[in-house]
Amino acid sequence: MNLSHSNPVTLPAGRDVRGKLSRDDVIMRGGMIVIALYLVVTLAFPLYAMLSKSFSTFRFELAQYEFQVSDEAGVFDGTILNGAQLNQSTGAYSGGDLAAGSDSRLAVTPFFPDFSFRSPVQYQIRNASDTGRFLVGSDLYDDTDWLTLDSNTFRRVQLRPVKSRGIDNFVNYFSTPALFNSIKNSLWIAVVSTIVTVTLAFWFAYALNRSCMRFKGLFRLVAMAPILVPSLLPGIALVYLFGNQGMLKELLFGASIYGPIGIVIGSVFFTFPHAFLIISTALAISDARLYEAAISLRATPWRTFWTVTIPGARYGLISAAFVVFNLVITDFGLPKVIGGQFNVLAVDIYKQVIGQQNFEMGAVVSVVLVVPAILAFAIDRLVQSKQVALLSARSVPYQPTPNPRVDRIFLAYSTLVALFIVGILAVCQFAALIKFWPYDLNLSLNNYAFDKMDGGGWASYFNSIKLGLLTAVIGTSVVFFGAYLVEKSNGFKVGRALFQMFAMLPMAIPGMVLGLAYIFFFNNPANPLNPIYGTMAILVICTVTHFYTVSHLTAVTALKQMDREFESVSSSLKQPTMKLFARVTVPVCLPAVLDISIYLFVNAMTTVSAVVFLYSPKTTLASVAVLNMDDAGDIAPAAAMGMMIFYTNAVARILHLIASKGVLARTQAWRNR
Amino acid sequence: MIDTPAAAAPYLNIESLWKAFGDFLALKDISLNIKEGEFVCFLGPSGCGKTTLLRAIAGLDLQTRGRVMQDGRDVSNLPPSERDFGIVFQSYALFPNLTIEKNIAFGLENTGRNKAEITARVAELLQLVGLPEQGRKYPAQLSGGQQQRIALARAIATNPGLLLLDEPLSALDAKVRVHLRHEIKELQRQLGVTTVMVTHDQEEALAMADRIVVMNQGVIEQVGSPTEIYREPANLFVADFIGEMNQISALAGPSGVVRIGESDMQARPHAFQPGAAIIAAIRPEDVIPHGKGARSPGAPDRIKSPENAFEVLVDEMEFLGSFWRCRLQNERFGGGELIADFSINAVRRLELAAGTQMMIELPRNRLMAFARSEYGA
Repeated sequence: MNLSHSNPVTLPAGRDVRGKLSRDDVIMRGGMIVIALYLVVTLAFPLYAMLSKSFSTFRFELAQYEFQVSDEAGVFDGTILNGAQLNQSTGAYSGGDLAAGSDSRLAVTPFFPDFSFRSPVQYQIRNASDTGRFLVGSDLYDDTDWLTLDSNTFRRVQLRPVKSRGIDNFVNYFSTPALFNSIKNSLWIAVVSTIVTVTLAFWFAYALNRSCMRFKGLFRLVAMAPILVPSLLPGIALVYLFGNQGMLKELLFGASIYGPIGIVIGSVFFTFPHAFLIISTALAISDARLYEAAISLRATPWRTFWTVTIPGARYGLISAAFVVFNLVITDFGLPKVIGGQFNVLAVDIYKQVIGQQNFEMGAVVSVVLVVPAILAFAIDRLVQSKQVALLSARSVPYQPTPNPRVDRIFLAYSTLVALFIVGILAVCQFAALIKFWPYDLNLSLNNYAFDKMDGGGWASYFNSIKLGLLTAVIGTSVVFFGAYLVEKSNGFKVGRALFQMFAMLPMAIPGMVLGLAYIFFFNNPANPLNPIYGTMAILVICTVTHFYTVSHLTAVTALKQMDREFESVSSSLKQPTMKLFARVTVPVCLPAVLDISIYLFVNAMTTVSAVVFLYSPKTTLASVAVLNMDDAGDIAPAAAMGMMIFYTNAVARILHLIASKGVLARTQAWRNR
Repeated sequence: MIDTPAAAAPYLNIESLWKAFGDFLALKDISLNIKEGEFVCFLGPSGCGKTTLLRAIAGLDLQTRGRVMQDGRDVSNLPPSERDFGIVFQSYALFPNLTIEKNIAFGLENTGRNKAEITARVAELLQLVGLPEQGRKYPAQLSGGQQQRIALARAIATNPGLLLLDEPLSALDAKVRVHLRHEIKELQRQLGVTTVMVTHDQEEALAMADRIVVMNQGVIEQVGSPTEIYREPANLFVADFIGEMNQISALAGPSGVVRIGESDMQARPHAFQPGAAIIAAIRPEDVIPHGKGARSPGAPDRIKSPENAFEVLVDEMEFLGSFWRCRLQNERFGGGELIADFSINAVRRLELAAGTQMMIELPRNRLMAFARSEYGA
């Protein structure tokens, strides 16, 4: 009796068994859909609004307007004049004049060379088609009835452009050297900063992981400090050091710090911790057995370095490079402060939107900026997925052996790097306490009188703290719960895959782009969510979404370490999954939950790029205040505010550390055998 | 088991179960009845579908086609929470941040029991699994075997009608495993709970199960008691997967005869056409040693009495503690070698050593004929 011979080997026709959903399934799917909708509304819709904005073009269609002119007695002879023909005969406007923005207006009097606002001549105007629109003063006329106006009123007639879709904005962008040069500039500084940062960070991480030098803990601490300040703070320090009245200006030998040099130095500062963390992790997981093998094969240290160390860390190096590249190319604060005339993409967006109110062009630059950002992001994800495969459970951690000479060299090197980081921060603090650099070097607290400066004063500092706390609490809840639902719910494969995709997307979207997209989406009066525009709510939503990906990945990593069968056991015991979530999942994952909340808090305190478009006079933020005070020439107060952010974040970190320890001691007793 | 009418009615009734993962069919038309109070093992190599079948019974991964009836109720599409079972996983899945007591009490909460009842029940369960003093500890403070017992206590806390064990012992070391296997079996007998256990360890299945379901590539190869499975394997796969089995290429003779090399051997009755290519099979321990004997030149190497006896050369002997495993050779014997397990006594009595000639017998009721299978010989 061999059943396999008699069995049919194809699935019999019929419908697949469809499981009845349990209450837990319904709750979990419902929750997942709610959070997915949140991501759609706060990410997909705004991005779509921005994309469609970049393709919307405006143009004056003169053929849509018809005019009649009376004689001096005010009698019309019935001759109808078409706008396009008038323009052709008078040459009033060239083709370029007719390309428009959403707010453009066009006067009509140039069509009538004899026009005088004092003459008794009467004019009639109407739209020749339904799409035509014109203003008289501020009154809009979009019907096709004739309107009779005297000369003085006719002077106030302005035509409105017609909206259409097309690639005109992109054509315009790429035919304006001042604009598309920024692409080259952005790529250039991103590449240079990446090479410098990754090199510096690699040797720093190498020193910490592979040597026996002293003060490793201190160096690690210093290396992470730049994460606590806005990216534009190093810019301010560089102005003090190398600016027109800089302390060390001579060191530049006449070169200007305002431009690529400043951007690169500052970028190295603020991207250093990110590169260091990634590379350090890569070096830490190296397998000691490979080094023992290399020694037994009598490989020289040089050869071992190139055949064991570098290949082992290569995924970390590549990943760090793309992360740094992405951070630099999307950063706005630093080039804004120290970029001078050197235009980069992120600042272009700001200039187009805030400076010129050209939203369409801002959207175009955003689209251009998204391309390298998404590319770098995609390659990084690819590389990271490979690194996981590299890990082996049987690896033996590498233990460095003391080598006095080498250790001294590494100590010297690490000290230099640490001095660079501490130096930048110290200069800012120094600048903040000096009365009036370089003329009055007395110490004072005048620069802390933020209420006397642009940027919102002390209120903006407290707004920032409020934003940080709200983001930490709300963001952590949303992110962790969302990650739990997507990790641990049954079936619903398509929905979960979509959710994962949405959760990864924010990382690829530069902050400037996100902020601008929010303007387009939320500032639209037709949007029912319009009321949150200009409130703290939109800042919280934007910040949570902006930093969603890393938080989500942290949560997913923690959840993946949980036994997959907890949910199965719980449902076999007929207990609600939410009870399991509250009693087991959250307590076990508490360290990750705390990590997510401090990550969100610190980033909410330092972020500039997304919120710079979204704050209102009531919701000014400390990080934006730094920018605005610097913009207004109040550089010292800007430095003072930047350092306030630093100290706040440092305190938050310390509190987080204490809280973590306390919480761990209380709830994680099971970790100690 | 006593065959009362109540026990005869199947408690768990699996009808034509199919499971498809994309194009891959993990279960192909599985039908099976399990009686109340029975201890059934699903046994098979990894990837044979045994865990898939268990998860379908639990409702953790629904089958694609087919029905599951439990205690007369159609549970085919019910979520796990609406079925009636307790489950123990290979990983134990104990909640690490809850004490042992709270782990066991987890399923007792929200069931209408008051605190005192829960405490009493937890104490009773701890007593039952032999860990009365460990209630306040955390899972990480217990050994693997203790953790497994707590997982078991948690699974049976609510008196489920069905106990599912998914490779419950495979994460433990050998000694603990043997000990726990006895304890689980004892506990199951005591509680009389219908139990399904998935394992890839044939020894475990033979020792614990009332009935074994041998699975392979998504189908059931054989269902039977441990002795049936061992003594009367339904096909070459079962014969090969459980215990050791000599496999000798042979031709079928008339029923009861197989032709190995140039010799006709008496064997169990079979249904093959004479001349069909078959595999003749015999377990090493079924080979009977008959004593030393040198072959006289020219004499036939087959002796008429006792039947199926012939002369072999002892090529190699391996001492395996309780018996000797011998490789026997005879060039007329299809050129292949035969593995035989001889008791230490027999080896001593017959003065066997590598290089000696000896007579052996393949008893006719232990020599089986199987189709040459698609599993590859």
